[in-house]
Amino acid sequence: MELLGYILQQLVNGLQLGAVYALIALGYTMVYGVLRLINFAHGDIFMFGSFVAYYLIAKWQMPLPLVFMITMAATAALGLLVEKVAYKPLRAAPRISLLITAVGVSLFLEYFLSLNALFTPNYIAFPRPFEVVDYDLSLVEITNIQLIIFSVTAASLLLLYLLVYRTRHGRAMRAVSHDHETAALMGINVDATISFTFMIGTALAGIGGILYAFAYPQINVFMGIMPGIKSFIAAVLGGIGLVHGAVLGGIVIGVSEVCVSAFVSSTLRDGVIFVILLLVLLFRPSGFFGKRREKV
Amino acid sequence: MKKIWLIAISLCLATTGAAHGKETVRIGLISPLTGDVKTFGESSKNGFLLALEEYGKTGKYTINPIIADDKNDPTEGANSALKLITQDRVVAFIGPLTSKVTIPVSEIATKYRVPMITDAATSPKVTVYNNKRKPYVFRACFIDPFQGRIAATFALKDLKVKTAAILHDVGNDYSRGLAEVFKSTFEQGKGTIIAYESYQKDDVDFSALATKLRSKKPELVFIPDYYNKAGLIARQLREKGVSAILIGTDGWDSPELTKIAGNAIMGSYFTNHYSPERKDKVAQKFIDRYRALHGAVPDALAALTYDATMILLETLDRVAKPDAESITKALSVLKGFHGVTGTISFDKNGDAVKSAVILRVEKDGPRYVTTVNP
Repeated sequence: MELLGYILQQLVNGLQLGAVYALIALGYTMVYGVLRLINFAHGDIFMFGSFVAYYLIAKWQMPLPLVFMITMAATAALGLLVEKVAYKPLRAAPRISLLITAVGVSLFLEYFLSLNALFTPNYIAFPRPFEVVDYDLSLVEITNIQLIIFSVTAASLLLLYLLVYRTRHGRAMRAVSHDHETAALMGINVDATISFTFMIGTALAGIGGILYAFAYPQINVFMGIMPGIKSFIAAVLGGIGLVHGAVLGGIVIGVSEVCVSAFVSSTLRDGVIFVILLLVLLFRPSGFFGKRREKV
Repeated sequence: MKKIWLIAISLCLATTGAAHGKETVRIGLISPLTGDVKTFGESSKNGFLLALEEYGKTGKYTINPIIADDKNDPTEGANSALKLITQDRVVAFIGPLTSKVTIPVSEIATKYRVPMITDAATSPKVTVYNNKRKPYVFRACFIDPFQGRIAATFALKDLKVKTAAILHDVGNDYSRGLAEVFKSTFEQGKGTIIAYESYQKDDVDFSALATKLRSKKPELVFIPDYYNKAGLIARQLREKGVSAILIGTDGWDSPELTKIAGNAIMGSYFTNHYSPERKDKVAQKFIDRYRALHGAVPDALAALTYDATMILLETLDRVAKPDAESITKALSVLKGFHGVTGTISFDKNGDAVKSAVILRVEKDGPRYVTTVNP
């Protein structure tokens, strides 16, 4: 019984981490869907979201719902800016140029924001605007932070699902991920759809940034590197380009990381994720939900 | 016409020569002014400049200080050291503070034969490597084999705990060295280490480790890491219901610790180089002056850097020529220097033989608990 409780507790810990990874992975997967681009700067936009939330809470004491909305708007705006400035001019270029540019944007965001006049390279304590409360459910204990993470992630996923599968904008996004030219022929504004997809993806990263900072209250300009890489692996694991793939991948990566740390060795937690990536690429490169692409 | 100009110019030069009677000596400081341990760097810079200001009143030379930021990164530290030595041509330098930066820098100082006094790097690998002493490297603080040992002894004898867990940063020599010494001392004293866990520098999620410790129930958890990590870990441990006593090391000494950890770290202990409650004339004078200038009580980093700088400046005044070799020779026989952090003598490895203090984290600052002599 004790053991069951312990295992369940670690699973809850893994879900907490996995939910945040899922939110970030969605951004990667959606951008890949419409642009066939791995936006390596996505982890840094996630970091930007944490910092925006920090300033809103610490300097202006804003109420939480407002913090979420403004942070989402800010990260969406940054995503739009990055898309228009760095990726759009290279739409016709070979994919490797886009990839290198993405890495360049990532480094630029990290080092530019680490200037002393901006975010500084220091580690900043993130002020949680509420106290931690423990809820004892006999088998496991859940904190209010975990409940917030689960509920906000679930709500975001539900809204995203409704957007992608029940609205015209969503249909446009799905069409553009299939084929740009045919979508354009059908009267879809491809540029606007791509920008819209970027903004949704980065807004989700903004939410992820706030939740991550709630759970691990210390922010720093380089905090997005590792979660960004792990979320990218999560998106690949689930099937890059597929929304449900990102969610599954995020949860699997989060739970694996915590379980390895808990049951094997905490030193191996990062290494295991990369081993998972290797195995996925070797045996099922299109991911869990991905279909084998026909080579024409 | 030309001759008059020549005479005028040479007269001007001669008089300026007379006005600047003191010779200029360049001294460097390498410190983490930005990065994950920036409060260490800020305190250290304050201590350094305060020492220079006092020296300037009665000292033999005019000091030209050159301060470099190592960002608590070994590569940056190495670059700073190279710049100070080859470009700025310092005769000696103080720092770096953290062992992981100081170890590579000490190799550079040895290669270029420039004396350095590290203010707070406690890993034994700074002055000795592969059983070979690095002759140009000195340190104004105690070393980790001593620090880890007294932490474990305090836990066993004063806190009377029998079981402990250790969490350490596997990639940091400082953290790893302390964890190993604590483990062996604790086990020698008939204690049991029920968990010996490690993590990486960039890890932020300690929920798995916290839950693991919750089920294993150690009476004490040893966290030998810098304040930013220790604060984060302490918080997550308490959130997951780990009620063990927490004990740390000199890396905890920062006003940011309680800002990051809040209530989670109150009542925890850590080993340190000095306590501002120290009743000593030299210490009191320094503390008062520092408080007047900066509005805060100086932490161990400020005090250590002040001591290290004063040691260097005093030695500079004592030797015949202000060059690297004379200074190094004089430093290697330093005995009985009355510093803010205690009486400092360099042993055969260039390490300071000093007492340590144990402090307890309280709301208004760390409180002195006890002194442990070597």
